[in-house]
This record gives sequence, structure tokens and C-alpha cells, in this order.
Amino acid sequence: MTVNVADKDKMVVVEGSYAVAHAAKVCRPNVISAYPITPQTHIVEDLSQFIADGEIPNCEYINVESEFSAISALVGSSAVGARSYSATTSQGLLLMHEVLFNASGMRLPIIMTVANRAVGAPINIWNDHQDSISQRDTGWLQLHAEDPQESADMLPQIFKVAEDKDVLLPGMACMDGFILSHVYEPVVLLEQDLTDEFLPAYDPEYVLDPANPMSFGAFAAPDTYEEFRFMQEKAMQAALPKIEAAAKEFGEIYGRFHGGLIDEYLTDDAEVIVMSMGSILGTVKDVVDEYRARGEKIGVLKVRSFRPFPKEQIRKAIKDAAAVVVLDKNISIGLNEGALFTETKSCMYNSRCDIPIIGYTIGHGGRDVPRESVAKIIEEAKKVASSGITVESQFLDVKEELL
Amino acid sequence: MSKPAPKTYLAPGHRGCAGCCDALAAKFMLMGTGPNTIVVNPTGCLEVMTTPFPESAWKVPWIHSLFENGGAVASGVEAALKALGRKEGIKVIGVGGDGSTMDIGIRSLSGAFERGHDITYVCVDNEAYMNTGIQRSSGTPFDASTTTSPPGKISFGNPRPKKNMPAIMVAHGSPYVATTSIGYPRDMIKKVKKATEIEGPAYIHAHAPCPTGWGFDGSKTIEMAKLAVETCLWPMYEMENGELTQVKKVKNPKPVEEYLRAQKRFKHLFTMDGGDEEIKKIQATADWNIEFYGLQ
Amino acid sequence: MKITSGGVCEPGSTLANKTGGWRNFRPVYDYDKCTKCGICEIVCPDMSISLREDDFFEYNYDYCKGCGICANECPADAIEMVLEEK
Ligand SMILES: Cc1ncc(C[n+]2csc(CCOP(=O)(O)OP(=O)(O)O)c2C)c(N)n1
Ligand code: SF4
Ligand code: SF4
Ligand code: SF4
Ligand SMILES: [Mg+2]
Repeated sequence: MTVNVADKDKMVVVEGSYAVAHAAKVCRPNVISAYPITPQTHIVEDLSQFIADGEIPNCEYINVESEFSAISALVGSSAVGARSYSATTSQGLLLMHEVLFNASGMRLPIIMTVANRAVGAPINIWNDHQDSISQRDTGWLQLHAEDPQESADMLPQIFKVAEDKDVLLPGMACMDGFILSHVYEPVVLLEQDLTDEFLPAYDPEYVLDPANPMSFGAFAAPDTYEEFRFMQEKAMQAALPKIEAAAKEFGEIYGRFHGGLIDEYLTDDAEVIVMSMGSILGTVKDVVDEYRARGEKIGVLKVRSFRPFPKEQIRKAIKDAAAVVVLDKNISIGLNEGALFTETKSCMYNSRCDIPIIGYTIGHGGRDVPRESVAKIIEEAKKVASSGITVESQFLDVKEELL
Repeated sequence: MSKPAPKTYLAPGHRGCAGCCDALAAKFMLMGTGPNTIVVNPTGCLEVMTTPFPESAWKVPWIHSLFENGGAVASGVEAALKALGRKEGIKVIGVGGDGSTMDIGIRSLSGAFERGHDITYVCVDNEAYMNTGIQRSSGTPFDASTTTSPPGKISFGNPRPKKNMPAIMVAHGSPYVATTSIGYPRDMIKKVKKATEIEGPAYIHAHAPCPTGWGFDGSKTIEMAKLAVETCLWPMYEMENGELTQVKKVKNPKPVEEYLRAQKRFKHLFTMDGGDEEIKKIQATADWNIEFYGLQ
Repeated sequence: MKITSGGVCEPGSTLANKTGGWRNFRPVYDYDKCTKCGICEIVCPDMSISLREDDFFEYNYDYCKGCGICANECPADAIEMVLEEK
């Protein structure tokens, strides 16, 4: 992250959730829907306090009776032309599944913070990415933040991309539950004036309005359905450069840059590159710093945008490495691979760049990933670089004694 | 000449069956709301037949999202209008079938009513899941045959009575709950209009006989709706703030048999052994209605 | 036809779909019997009946599906359903 030196004076120590709620506030939402679920609760609680204190003008806050209705209400509000926001995680996000497809198909730029958490059974409230990764094909933008500051900064960026006329897709700004949502760290709370400069008012082409009574959500037969899907894909592709541009413009206005679609850390000359998303990157970078101090060429590739998937950027970033290891906090059961791993392999396949890529599924249900384990992974990747793959994808730190 | 019909905001060219009950319900509903209306319409016959892309039969702004979220989408529409300062004079209307209202969408509707959004919700009750081919819902009446409650060697069809949905909405503290029927257009138009003029969440339950689903000729849609009322199987009343304030009296109730005999979905009651006992049970329901709502 | 964002449709655009072709029986008025009560207009599920200047009603056969509700409900028996010659 590039930090503006002037920011140091502006930093306050707040909970990650507060930083995000505050960021949502300065984005001037018109409708917020809320339903409690750990570890997202503090975000909607903080927002309800802003509302109670009259700090969010022209905004309605709806305490819905389920996540299904939380997102459904925003389908209605967004169609009226309201900037619409919610936050959820885990079981709540899964309950929204059907509506997620709907919001995207209707091209409604709703934004949600997802405080990523494992899904049951067994029920578990701690962090992994199974919830949002399981929504991969719903047609939502999906960005992952590394730290609380980025979790907050991501909101105006994703609103801007989602509401872009060439995009018009809903988006998830993902942050690791507890690890980022509940940590107290110094952050800069987003300035209202800068946010107003960065994020213009939402100006939709069509809205529900008796003065121009259009119909939304029609039935499409086989002769048109395919074109609707095609248009969604086109919008996702259009979002690729817009995510880069938004991150860059954000950097110019606020003085902070967390990467665009991806963020490269010491990858230029790296022989081994570790790829991942979210807060684990902090630990990985710390370990990599130790390797670098010993003169070992290890680099880190942070993937910020999981959807749209930045194939070109990833190819370019890893193509010269001798081995790549991908860490996923999710698993496709039955494939024994995490999604980022599978997709990274798939995007390299036709690029005639046959570097070995291995994967680990890590941190399930909040399992700690200590530095030693990251080091172990890097050691394995080094072995792969010299003598090839033995195990393509595996769990990290399974407790054999419990099995 | 009687007073002219109010203007409606539904266009012809829709794909409803000849004599469609849902089309009539929507037509009357829009006569009651007028043009300054936003309609939220969950999945079902009405939605499908009126909006085959790129066409729409609706002349008021309309949105369909899913089958089970009508209440929530309407909540969001209302909240957005308020937040954007555009609510003044605009009526937010939900309209869904018995399946989307009473079964799969009841949570969402319950939430919307509990929260007190200023919306009117109209249930178009054709007593089954018509759009998917006449399956049983909780609005299907006792002993009716549907494709998932067929009569058989040990069954007379649907084993349960209709769910009393209006009572559930009254229990939400709704200021205005009314039952009506497409057999009485003026009644329906009047009640919808009244519902939209009342601040807060109002509920209209409209009985809507479906020729295709119930098995009668498309010319009899209105006639069948009237028969349901005339046999006291469908009581028409208004409840304001929990009090019964108006009831449509039925001077000389017709025997339920007249209503049942006219529909294929009850045909088995006239051919199976023990059918007459079943008809007595249905008559008992009508008698109970007469007593409970004071229909006579 | 162009795909609109999210499939948004123009109001009342089902007018492009003339459902008159569905009809097997055609409703025909007998104005001598008609009392101009207006019931037929209200009960038509296909909005195919409209008021004329002289307060009688007329059919729009482009859309009338021939369901026969108007004839069934007419209190003056002023509507006859005539078999369509196809
Ligand atoms: C979640 C979900 N489950 C099932 C369906 C299938 N479905 C679509 S319409 C419908 C029946 C609608 O019944 P009702 O609400 O009574 O309206 P009607 O068609 O009878 O007017 C069903 C079961 C669906 N679209 N979505
Ligand atoms: S099945 Fe019934 S509700 Fe559905 S279009 Fe036909 S008549 Fe209308
Ligand atoms: S219902 Fe019959 S009497 Fe009444 S206006 Fe129509 S044709 Fe004339
Ligand atoms: S026959 Fe049916 S569709 Fe035709 S005008 Fe009469 S009521 Fe309308
Ligand atoms: Mg139904």
C-alpha cells in the first residue's frame, strides 16, 4: 500500500467495521438494508447509529427480516435509482444466492460488503472465503481487501465501477471476517469532500418512475436469453480497465493505492511467487521479507479482483517465475482445489507458458496460518521449481491425529 | 348508462388464456390505483403472460424480481422513493399469486407489513400454482384436485382447508385488510383505491377463478367468482384496524354443490363413493363463514 | 429489437402482439338490445371493448380472444358469439 505521508496525522484507531461503515456513509447511500450475522454485525450497527444521529442525509435504513429480503429490498431500491448498500457474510450470503443472480441480470449496481466467513455445517463463525467464492458465477464484481484501510477504500472504488454505464453490475467488497472486521488499527476515515469529488451521484438510464413507466425484469425466451448473458460478460470485461482506473484515480485523490486488479510485491525477479487474496497476504509478505533478507527471490501476487478475473494481468505477473503457489481460503470439494488455484492454472494453460503451479487450501473456518506454515509452503514451491510437482493441490496443516 | 369504467393501465396483447382471471385482477387493480403507481409483481402467471421480452402489457412502472420476494422488493421501492424525495403521490403496489403470497413469499410479505411500509399488497388467489401447471398451494381449497393433490383410491384430493391469509395480515396490525373477488369489479376497484389511500401496509385478497386450472369454460370466469361468493365459500369483507367493518351480505346462499359441480377440480366428489359426505364438509365451511362473518 | 440493459421494456408494448388470431368465436353486438350498461367493457380480460361516441361499445378484434365473458355477463343478452370462419 502506498500511504500518503500526510495521512499519518489523520489516522485514528478504529475497528475495521467502523472504518467500513464510515466509508459506506460518505458514499452517500440512499437505502441501506441490514440483517445481523457475525462477523458483519458491527458494520450495520455502526450505520444504524449514523442514521440515528442524522448523519446520512436522504437515506432510509431498513431492518429486514432476512438476508433474502435484505438483498431483495435493494433490488427494488436500486431499480428506483437509489444508491443501495448492505453488508453480510456466510449463511446470509448463501441465503441471498438466488437474488444475487437476479440483481446482476437486472444490471443493478448494488454494493455489499462481505465480511468473509466459513459456511456450515459444521457451523463456524470464523474467516475463510467459501461464502463469496461460492457466489463466483452470480455476475457480481468481487474484490478482496488486504487490510482495514483497503476494506474502507474499496467502497467508493467499487461503487464507481459498478455504476459506470459500461458496467452496471452489482459488486461485493470482501474483507476477512474478524481478522479485518474486528481488528483495531490506525486508519484514515474517508473524507466526505474527497469522496464527493471521487464518486459522482448515481445516474441510471432507466428507473421505476410513473413519468416514464418502464417494465423491469421481463421474461426472456431462448431467442434473447443468450444475449443477456453475453451482455453481462461484456460488462464484466468492461469492468477490468475500470477497476484499474478507479484504483488509480482513488490514489490521486486520496493518496492511497492498494493495487488495481492485482498488486505485485517483489515479483519482478521472483523465482517463486505466492498468490492469494485477502488478509493472509500480510503474513505472506512478512515471511517473504525474511526470505528476501536472505537473498532468496520470492515474490507475492495479490489478487484484488476475483471477478472479473484478471487473466492478462496474472499471466504477465507470473510468467517468468520458476514456480507459483496459490493459497486459497476455499475449496471445491470433489476437485480438491481452491478457486484461485484452478482459475490461475486455467488462464495459464493456453499461454504456452508451462510453469509449475501448485495450490494449498488454507485457513478453513478460521484455522490460523502461522508464518512457519507459509515458510513450509514456500519451501515446497522451491522444490517444485527445481524438481517438479509431486502434489498438485493439498490442505495445509491437517491434524492427522484427529482423523 | 351507468358511470363509466375507470381507466385501466394494462394493455391487450398479453398472453393470458382466454378468460384469464389474473388479467382481470390486474385490470381492476390498476383501475383502483390509477397511473401514479409502481407495481411489484413476483413470478407467476400474471408476470409471465404480461412481460415476454421485449414486450410489456403494463402502462405503469413495473418490476418483477423473483417468486418469493415481492414484499421485500416493494419495501425497497418505497424506501427508495422516500429517500429520494419522490414518494409523494406515488402508490407502491405488490401483486402476487396465492403461491407467491401465502407460501413461498410469506416471510418477505410479513417483514414488509411488520415494518409498516406504505404499500398495498394484492393477492390474486386462483387457488393453486397455475404457472407451473396447477399444483397445490396453501390457497387450494379442501378436496380440490390439482396436479399434486389428485384424488385416488384413498384420497379425495387436497386434504387441507385454505389458509386464512387475511387473518394473518390482520394479525400484523395492518390498518386495512379486505377480501374481494374479480366477480365484483366495482368492489375490487373501490377496495384497492381505499387501500392505497390508507397510510401504511394494506392487504387485499382477491378471489380469482382460473378457467384453465379449475376446469371450466373461459366465458364463466366472472360467473364462477360470483358463485363462490353466493355460496358463501368466499366471504367478502373489510377489516379496519383489526375490526370487521363491512361484510357483503348474501341473502339466499346457494348450496355449495352448485359451485362444485361447475368445476372439473371437484368432479371426483360427484363420482366417488363417499363424495356426498365430502360435499357436506364443504357445505359446513360455507355455513361456518355465514356464522362467523355474519353473511346473512 | 435491441437488448436493453437488464431487459427493460416499453410500457404497453404487448400491443405488438395481436391476440385476435386466438379466437374461435367472435362476439357481436346487437345494439337494439344493448342498454349501454358498460358491464361488457369492464369484464373483458383483454381490454378489447371500448366506448363509442354514441355510448354504445365496440370490439377491437385485433386483440379479442373470443373468451365469451362479455356475452356471458351481458344482462341484456345483447352479445352473440359467432363461430369464426377461418
Ligand atoms: C424459488 C422458485 N420456486 C419455484 C418457482 C416456480 N414457479 C414459478 S411461478 C410458480 C407458481 C406461481 O403460483 P402463484 O403464485 O399462485 O401464481 P399463479 O401462477 O397461480 O397466478 C412456481 C411454482 C420459481 N420460479 N421460483
Ligand atoms: S392458467 Fe389461469 S391464471 Fe394462468 S394465464 Fe391461464 S387463466 Fe390466467
Ligand atoms: S353488457 Fe350488454 S347491455 Fe351492457 S353495454 Fe355491453 S352489450 Fe350493452
Ligand atoms: S370475447 Fe372475451 S376477449 Fe373478446 S371482447 Fe368479449 S370479453 Fe373481451
Ligand atoms: Mg395461483
